[in-house]
Amino acid sequence: MIGLEHYLTVATTLFVIGIFGLFLNRKNVIILLMSIELILLSVNINLVAFSSFLGDMVGQVFALFVLTVAAAEAAIGLAILVVFFRNRGTIDVEDVNVMKG
Amino acid sequence: MIQADLNVILPEIVLALYAMAALLIAVYAGKDRFTGPLIWLTAGLMAVLAAWIGINGEGTRAAFGGMFHDDGFSRFAKVTILMSGAAVLVMGQDFMAKRDMMRFEYPLLLVLSVIGMMVMVSAGDLMALYMGLELQSLSLYVVAAMRRDSARSTEAGLKYFVLGALSSGLLLYGASLTYGFAGTTLFSGIIDAAGEGQAPLGLLFGLVFVMAGLAFKVSAVPFHMWTPDVYEGAPTPVTAFFATAPKVAAMALLARVLHDAFGGVSTDWGQVLAVLSLLSMFLGGVAAIGQTNIKRLMAYSSIAHMGYALMGLAAGTVLGVQAMLVYMAIYVTMNVGTFAFILSMERDGQPVTDISALNQYAKAEPGRALAMLVLLFSLAGVPPLVGFFGKFYVLRAAYDAGLVWLAVAGVVASVIGAFYYLRIVYYMYFGEEGEALDRSRASVAGVLLMASAAIMVVGVVNLFGIETAAQAAAAALVN
Repeated sequence: MIGLEHYLTVATTLFVIGIFGLFLNRKNVIILLMSIELILLSVNINLVAFSSFLGDMVGQVFALFVLTVAAAEAAIGLAILVVFFRNRGTIDVEDVNVMKG
Repeated sequence: MIQADLNVILPEIVLALYAMAALLIAVYAGKDRFTGPLIWLTAGLMAVLAAWIGINGEGTRAAFGGMFHDDGFSRFAKVTILMSGAAVLVMGQDFMAKRDMMRFEYPLLLVLSVIGMMVMVSAGDLMALYMGLELQSLSLYVVAAMRRDSARSTEAGLKYFVLGALSSGLLLYGASLTYGFAGTTLFSGIIDAAGEGQAPLGLLFGLVFVMAGLAFKVSAVPFHMWTPDVYEGAPTPVTAFFATAPKVAAMALLARVLHDAFGGVSTDWGQVLAVLSLLSMFLGGVAAIGQTNIKRLMAYSSIAHMGYALMGLAAGTVLGVQAMLVYMAIYVTMNVGTFAFILSMERDGQPVTDISALNQYAKAEPGRALAMLVLLFSLAGVPPLVGFFGKFYVLRAAYDAGLVWLAVAGVVASVIGAFYYLRIVYYMYFGEEGEALDRSRASVAGVLLMASAAIMVVGVVNLFGIETAAQAAAAALVN
């Protein structure tokens, strides 16, 4: 029988993969965008699983909001990436270094 | 029923309709020709709404089943946000006109982010919180990268986007855990589930993630790494905006979540906030010492100031929230003035952000140098200027709540911080002779610089009564 814990484990795993993808990735900004999507998807799994097990619709409504915002976020992220590419001619993470932090 | 709900969010609806209508009209009619008047119109509308909310608002009203609150706390934050937004909009106009940046989208994106902030400070539900936060963040990512031909601006936009999206993800993950373990997304329901000593572990995990996400937005150490780069890279008018309204909104949102939803576990989050506050104050103070770029320096300065504001919140009392609100209002006023000055720093028509360019500035422009001196002393918290009272309030709140060590650390950090503010003063008055900056011309930014400096001096009398307003606001939040 698959219980709530299983869903939460999958979601947590995806979340951790997403976070590691953001920090360990040294190659490409597109991978950063993919990692962000992964984090948002793990949240959606959480929300839908909780919603189903609580017998409460609010979680599914929340998940729909998250999907919508994730789409807008991806659009803006890609737009910024395109102007960045036009200026620098590269999208390597190592080249995002005009300013040193 | 729906009529009553809509009445509560009328200011937000007015702004949203205005933004959409103006966007349509600007696209069809004139493109960028109308940007100048549009900026004034937008700023005027925001000022009118601020006055309306400030004067008309009364009592506590909830809309949409408790998802949206209109109370003293949200009104205080909204007035601060709207006023600072309007001020920043008008003072950046000269700068942008000179550099061919007068796009009509700029004021409208700022309006959209202001709507997001207004929803944030009024949120009574995790969904409202998330939608408000995202509306604000998405608009800000775009304006950070507004100079499409500049490598710095686009890089700032990219960094801000990636780290902002990460922080939203953390916050959202926390929100999903909170929902799962509390069984509801309403703050009023979460506070029942998270009572003293009986909060489930999952709920505390949710709280930690939500706090981490919001700490990114207020740029508290250790979640501050985006701040210096974004401040440096973004166009200066945009940086001025970043340093004011969004900080107030995020801080107010943090206060609302912690008190409205997690008020029962205040000892848990109080400790976390105390650590964040300590780290922010010291890192902000120490890291700013080596900076030569004034925008970068202001980034570290804002990190340190957020540390002080968090100290008020860490106290977890009514006095603490009041102190935080007073501090944020003063901080915003000082920053508007300081950035009005930075906007006018140029040589041969090109913007200059190097601090050494200010050498001997006082000889050329004694009036403006004096105003900047007052602002810098106020930022450093030197008595008897208004900035001192902001610090005094948060220190007293921390002391009263038993956080004596934090208050002592705050005093030490403010002494460290005073060094880099006073270094700018030293350059202006006693620096070596160098290439001078352009003579400034009469401008809106100049007026705001003088007004802000005057407030720092005159406000000493009674802080313009914001104390009582902040007290009422804090009382509406903490119960």
